[in-house]
Amino acid sequence: MSILVLADLDAGRLAGETAHVLAAARAIGESVDVLVAGKEVQAAAREAAALDGVRRVRVADHDVYAHRLAEPVGALLVALADDYTHVLASTSSAGKNVLPRLAALKGVGQVSDIIAVESADTFKRPIYAGNAVARVKNHEALKVISVRPSAFDAVAPASEPAPVEALDIVVENTLAQFVDEQLAASERPELGGASVIVSGGRGMGNGENFRLLGGIADKLDAAIGASRAAVDAGYVPNDMQVGQTGKIVAPELYIAVGISGAIQHLAGMKDSRVIVAINNDAEAPIFQIADYGLVGDLFDVLPELEGKL
Amino acid sequence: MKVLVAVKRVVDHNVQIRVKPDGSDVELTHVKMAMNPFCEIAVEEAVRLKEQGMASEIVAVTIGPKAAQEQLRSAIALGADRAIHVRTDERVDSHCAARVLARVAEQEQPGLVLLGKQAIDSDNNQTGQMLAALMGAAQGAFASAVEVDGQAVTVTREVDGGLQTLRLTLPAVITADLRLNEPRYAKLPAIMKAKKKPLEDTTPEALGVSVASNIELLGVEPPEERRGGVKVASVDELVEKLRNEAKVIS
Repeated sequence: MSILVLADLDAGRLAGETAHVLAAARAIGESVDVLVAGKEVQAAAREAAALDGVRRVRVADHDVYAHRLAEPVGALLVALADDYTHVLASTSSAGKNVLPRLAALKGVGQVSDIIAVESADTFKRPIYAGNAVARVKNHEALKVISVRPSAFDAVAPASEPAPVEALDIVVENTLAQFVDEQLAASERPELGGASVIVSGGRGMGNGENFRLLGGIADKLDAAIGASRAAVDAGYVPNDMQVGQTGKIVAPELYIAVGISGAIQHLAGMKDSRVIVAINNDAEAPIFQIADYGLVGDLFDVLPELEGKL
Repeated sequence: MKVLVAVKRVVDHNVQIRVKPDGSDVELTHVKMAMNPFCEIAVEEAVRLKEQGMASEIVAVTIGPKAAQEQLRSAIALGADRAIHVRTDERVDSHCAARVLARVAEQEQPGLVLLGKQAIDSDNNQTGQMLAALMGAAQGAFASAVEVDGQAVTVTREVDGGLQTLRLTLPAVITADLRLNEPRYAKLPAIMKAKKKPLEDTTPEALGVSVASNIELLGVEPPEERRGGVKVASVDELVEKLRNEAKVIS
């Protein structure tokens, strides 16, 4: 058993997801390498080497891997895959983008979004927006697997850093060119890694009212999320969406404000440790899964809550 | 430029999913079926490209049982020019679907292939990326804007933390995210007319592709139920509970 984990990066640093994917990898087997691919990623490589259970970190640092486009990173993974029985990545947008490309180029199927490892080839994964859980056995020689980070506890820091090996594999990419990116500059934690999340739904009424969540998020060092209804209504951008088609999160505390609780939203947050629902409709389905429900007008409740935190 | 758009027949998103008593799969008999919502967005984008004069012909394709022709008729009613039905009663996994679609693309030679980013049954999010790989083409996954000009397409993608814009050489494969567009409803005369249009029927075997999956479904179980807790009467009580009972705030 030999496992390669594709690291997630966030502005040249190692993203939090990778420590969770490593935990899934360790549940599969002992020999786990981490691949850090990008441009100017030495800091991320050192951070990966400092995580427990890493045998070695392999670094591909080159212009062609900048912005980690699927075409060159997929080709890099193909070049490395023969050394491994398993290749894992998180269900980040980068992982979801490149992993199926690797699988198809190697002629194998993929298992997406695992939430449990039963053995080296048998996994559990949610289907139908988490309304059912499938047990699947992967019979492929190379097992390509994406991992839901929130379903696995992050590995601890290592006592000794793992060795870091520079790769000199440079692939060609004539298919896709990076043009630009617009990333939301936020002082707040990322949705995927936040221990507290405050989310707003259609009940917020408009985008401007999301300010009311900001005050609470500041007090709790929380990320701000949204339901698909709020995104569809144009209140906030899509990268804030929590749900089946957005981010899947499982923070310590999830505060749902003005969210009715459609199954597509619940699919994205029902594994949170503690759920609070604030809604003026006492019959809203969100209350059926909330640990603490408060029926009331959010425009009264939110300022009061902010004041009392 | 020819546009190939792939659609999938799935359980309607409003249906409450139940696991079969024997735990072999979810209950799919007598359940309302529909076109996968992300596939509707893909079809709409194809129609808009044709309206802009960028697409000359739209070919819709699906892989599935006889009844999946309903989804092809829907695609035609929305504006597809013709449709290909790859008939099979097998459960087709994403890799096999991508291999079938790659074969269809080889025959049709589209300039652009559009798909939904994921199907709401398997929630795999694989087929488009796999198809791009098999075609040796560029991929624009999770697209929220598409602009075709000449030999390239500019795609804005939904990524963690924001948006990324790429320029892809054609032919390319694009998967539709939620905000790419808002699909129109088919008009009644178009629905009636779509019923009379010919569908091209084929099978995976005729295309020379095996759809035997190497990802075996061992069984399906209901998710862990989360039980509701208590209602609190005031903000004070909520803060007290979070602080002293749940211990999630200090």
